[in-house]
Amino acid sequence: MNTVIYLDNNATTQVAPEVVETMLPYLTQYYGNPSSMHSFGGQVGKALKQARVQIASLLGAEESEIVFTSCGTEGNNTAIRAAIAAQPERKHLITTQVEHACVLNLFKQLEKQGYTVTYLSVDGKGQLDLMELEAAITGNTALVSMMYANNETGTVFPVEQAGAIAKEYGATFHVDAVQVAGKLPLNMKTSTIDLMTISGHKLHASKGVGALYVRRGFRFRPLLIGGHQERGRRAGTENVAGIIGLGKAAELAQLYLADVGTEKKLRDRLEKGLLAIPNTEINGDRKNRLPNTTNIGFKYIEGEAILLSLDQYGICASSGSACTSGSLEPSHVLRAMGLPYTILHGSIRFSLSRYTTEAEIDRVLEVMPGIVDRLRALSPFNNDQAEWLQDREEVVLGAR
Amino acid sequence: MWDYTEKVLDLFYNPKNQGAIADADQTGIAVVFGEVGSIACGDALRLHLKIEVDSDKILDARFQTFGCTSAIASSSALTEIIKGLTLDEALNISNRDIADYLGGLPEAKMHCSVMGQEALEAAIYKYRGIEVEHHEEDDGNLICRCFSVSENRIRRVVIENNLTTVEQVTSYVKAGGGCSACAAEIEDLITTIQQEKEITAARVAAELETSQNRSLTTVQKISLIQTVLQDVRPILIADGGDVELYDVEGDVVKVLLKGACGTCESSTATLKNAIEVRLRERVLPNLVVEAVA
Repeated sequence: MNTVIYLDNNATTQVAPEVVETMLPYLTQYYGNPSSMHSFGGQVGKALKQARVQIASLLGAEESEIVFTSCGTEGNNTAIRAAIAAQPERKHLITTQVEHACVLNLFKQLEKQGYTVTYLSVDGKGQLDLMELEAAITGNTALVSMMYANNETGTVFPVEQAGAIAKEYGATFHVDAVQVAGKLPLNMKTSTIDLMTISGHKLHASKGVGALYVRRGFRFRPLLIGGHQERGRRAGTENVAGIIGLGKAAELAQLYLADVGTEKKLRDRLEKGLLAIPNTEINGDRKNRLPNTTNIGFKYIEGEAILLSLDQYGICASSGSACTSGSLEPSHVLRAMGLPYTILHGSIRFSLSRYTTEAEIDRVLEVMPGIVDRLRALSPFNNDQAEWLQDREEVVLGAR
Repeated sequence: MWDYTEKVLDLFYNPKNQGAIADADQTGIAVVFGEVGSIACGDALRLHLKIEVDSDKILDARFQTFGCTSAIASSSALTEIIKGLTLDEALNISNRDIADYLGGLPEAKMHCSVMGQEALEAAIYKYRGIEVEHHEEDDGNLICRCFSVSENRIRRVVIENNLTTVEQVTSYVKAGGGCSACAAEIEDLITTIQQEKEITAARVAAELETSQNRSLTTVQKISLIQTVLQDVRPILIADGGDVELYDVEGDVVKVLLKGACGTCESSTATLKNAIEVRLRERVLPNLVVEAVA
């Protein structure tokens, strides 16, 4: 195996060495329960408090507004259910078509339980139209829930404006910021967001830990019922080492935010180089986008075949192609954007991190043209057979 | 990450027989291609065959594939399998043979092997001038509208691969993998096929028991022949053909072969033999089948 070139940081990230170092003592000598009435456990409780300060600082929030969770999925489930419980008389919910499965599938279930859900559409760049939100929202809307930035395209939504609209109608505003924490500056003090989800392993902490921001004064109902941990808002013995690691990761992320331009420069270098390959296009909103993400469609070839080809060189990326997930439809995000099938199946996401180097980017640019050429040579869809392609596309589109 | 076999990865990274075949420039040689899939579906295969007209032999086979790792490997495997076979031999290749050649495929990827088998059939049918049904226009026969999958295609993979669940059918021919509105219909179809199979098996067993030293009246013989033909029909129909009893004269059973089965001599021969074997097994050992025009 080659050395790994890891450009799949929207899937998960390397745990920062400093984070591992901070966590280790809490997996070895400091194994006390933070709830215990002895100083051996109490010192662990102090370390948790420190982690809470660190994550609150990254979000521009107060410590009492942070609830530690196990992951982004738990955070999103908790937030959405809490918002519904806060205003039980309201039966309408709003989200978008491009949310993560842990949000979309929960809303689908809520529909079965009698809620009406509006799924806001996106345009060809994956961007929202706030007019659509204004048209959909009513005094019966309990919740507006949307991602801050899309995991597949990096497109950043105008959340603050959306939150202002939600406020006007008295709806709770939840934001899934899993892809944003550590990549864009956040300040809950001046924000319209009521509830916001964070996941540890997307910002160089370990898997199995996350945080939920809950605005002070929000009538919160917990998902897990049990002990008094997290002041009754999330029962269950704390993932101590994970939380302490998340605190450290938040501290590092905050320091790094000033330097995120370097990552963006590398992303732009990668993007520019890949666009030099004929018949490639960028998917997403180039103006409002995460600095670390690029999603590129390589026409006439299939994403999984591209990924396996990259894998030969130790390069890790991801694809919204149907064949990668085992589902038969390509990414719901790219489909919601209305992209043509020629691009849909051959779209590759590269997501960088602060550990990405220029040499790694140059290596990708070195091997990618050959990979694309080889697969295009194998494909029956090239220029001399464009007619066949056109016919077939119409037939199948017509059948849908 | 998919659990691909070494063989799949090898044929993906180093595919054999990729590309097209130039038009035939000698007499006695024909070049033809068959295609399935589309860019909308996410995979498509164009299979090219070079055929020696007199012997019906496949001299060369090449592929062009748009699709994932296992689609490319399945296409390449198919070309390796069929080179040197006669067209009739090639028609006996099933998707299972392609999967086996690759040392197996993940179940969710079995449709890649089905695509190979279907492209092969399309190429041979095209060469023989057999009209293949256009399911897109045949709405009554369509079960999965998202992926345009007909009842006959589902029947075929269910019978040939012994499938028992909707999920398996989705893995093999994609049906049910879109909006999943047809899932219940697929489930019903699987149940029907299973019941048909059980009924047939029970009847065959009962017949075999009574056939020891039997002497049949002409009416009994004809009725039994009819029963056997009814059992063979679903398989022929799934392939786009059909059979009907025309007459019985002594030990000669005259049948009418229809549709895809009846339009060319060599496939007629294959089918005649297959029906004959079943009739001899279940009715009388000295029966002979004759196809009448």
